[in-house]
Amino acid sequence: MLIERRWKKWVYFYLPLAVFVIGTLFPFYWMLITAIRPDAELYRSWRAVNNAPFWTLQPTLSHFQDLMTRTTFPQWLWNTFFIAVVSTAISLFCGLLAGYALARLKFPMAGLLGTSIFVTYLVPPTLLFIPLADIIRNFQLGNTPWALILTYPTFLIPFCTWLLMGYFKTIPRELEECARIDGATRFGAMVRIIFPIAVPGILSAGIFAFTLSWNEFIYALIFLSSPEKKTVPVGVVSELIRGDIYFWGQLMAGALLGSIPVAVVYSFFVEYYVTGLTGSVKG
Amino acid sequence: MRRPIAGGSGDAAGTVALPHPRTGRRPRRGALENERLLAAVLLAPAVLLLGLFIAYPFVMGVWLSLSSTSVGNVGQFVGLKNFVKAWNDSIFQTAFWNTVWYTGWATIFKLALGMWLALLLNRHFRGKRLVRASMLLPFIVPTVLSTFAWRWMFDPTFSVLNWVLYQGGFITTKLPFLSDGTYALWCAIVVNTWRGMPFFAITLLAGLQTINPDLHEAASLDGANGWQRFWRVTWPLLKPVTLVVVVFSIIQTFSDFQLIYVLTGGGPANSTHLVATYAYQIGVATGLLGEGAAISLFMLPVLLLVVWVQLRYLRRLEGA
Repeated sequence: MLIERRWKKWVYFYLPLAVFVIGTLFPFYWMLITAIRPDAELYRSWRAVNNAPFWTLQPTLSHFQDLMTRTTFPQWLWNTFFIAVVSTAISLFCGLLAGYALARLKFPMAGLLGTSIFVTYLVPPTLLFIPLADIIRNFQLGNTPWALILTYPTFLIPFCTWLLMGYFKTIPRELEECARIDGATRFGAMVRIIFPIAVPGILSAGIFAFTLSWNEFIYALIFLSSPEKKTVPVGVVSELIRGDIYFWGQLMAGALLGSIPVAVVYSFFVEYYVTGLTGSVKG
Repeated sequence: MRRPIAGGSGDAAGTVALPHPRTGRRPRRGALENERLLAAVLLAPAVLLLGLFIAYPFVMGVWLSLSSTSVGNVGQFVGLKNFVKAWNDSIFQTAFWNTVWYTGWATIFKLALGMWLALLLNRHFRGKRLVRASMLLPFIVPTVLSTFAWRWMFDPTFSVLNWVLYQGGFITTKLPFLSDGTYALWCAIVVNTWRGMPFFAITLLAGLQTINPDLHEAASLDGANGWQRFWRVTWPLLKPVTLVVVVFSIIQTFSDFQLIYVLTGGGPANSTHLVATYAYQIGVATGLLGEGAAISLFMLPVLLLVVWVQLRYLRRLEGA
């Protein structure tokens, strides 16, 4: 009986879980192994007898060295970081104020405004990139980080507002009312009483917004043109492929290094990220 | 009790009545005590940015789609010509049906696998937190970069998947992963599922954790087996979360761009284009802004339908 139950647990639980884990993580392992494999081993016939694709006996860092010294990869990392941080800060600022107003204040058309912010949350960037490119050109913002810093908030603000609005609604009104009885202004009560309580919500929104802007691709692809101004995703796609030739070692090294910053931020704040993720859909 | 005094009468003078010694500072705090005015001030930055970079581009996109504008060439009003042209274009038709096919299958796979994974992660086992955290990696790593890893795994000459299948004796010649249109679209569906499934799993897991275990216990006391308990207890309670997640996923998948751009670039022979990648090819790569804008606007009816479902559902929740 007990043996049968244990056998069942293996088949219905551990085995599927193991398949999920391997399936999910294998591409990352493959990135790593490709990045540290010497070129001579990378391009070997797939039917070669001594072919051992899953590990290497001569790990090398030369792909990373090439990437850091012969390309503008470090610059791309800095660009991505700068753009992600500034656009996250702008979005948090706007989202905090708007979320508070929608959660707490009574004013005409509050419902309509809330709904329209939610609808803009669902507008995908691919719907608007062509007219937006024209507008960026007209504002003379093309090929500057500001083109992205000002357009990323379009998909970050609705999300931050939505998440923080939900968070503010869980904070009891009595806290502000007490502060106001003690003589605080509405604005003062918001900034000094409510915002500090909302710090976990702000962190969730911030982490989530940061990863979203780190990952953004299509606006960065269209609005930036000089190699040294690009972000990591666009730089890897457009600068590391010369003609039709793919330098897979370098590409995978770039993919790995470009993923590590978000992965690190994420690993420190997993719980906040998960709150942001689940809160972003539930509101 | 205080509320009526502070409440939105729209009258700044309403605050005068606060019976408190410190109201002596009133003159400085006047304007922002008005609820409507404060709301307007707080909402201004968000509304300004969204208006400038969402509403305005949208109006402009509609105008572009009705004109013959191309790069460096101010166009004229041409009515629905761009839409008719796209509708009769065989590549556009392929792209549109690819998008529907891609969205449909990827969503089904993501929901089924995500639900399965959520149920597995809802149990207690050692290392649960680590497994759960690592499962989200595909979702947080830049899609473009992980898609490159997949492209390398699907490489025509050095594909590791072909190697495994060959060594395992499943195939005798290489599978044309990305060099055959049908295979390539399925590869894209696989990659999209790989990337999006964690989002389903983690969100559904959060939903699962709100289900009272007593319900399951009661059901099993009544003789329900695991399968019955899932369909009669878990699934009905998870439906609200599931609907919201599916709506989000449909919107993102239907408007997907980067995955196809990196994996196949729309090829071979334009057979794997999605609406968004084709709009990019026409609007940006070729420079025909009017036609490109028209093509991307073909996504709108589908997205509106999905948003409408979502909003109706939210209303019903608020009404309840």
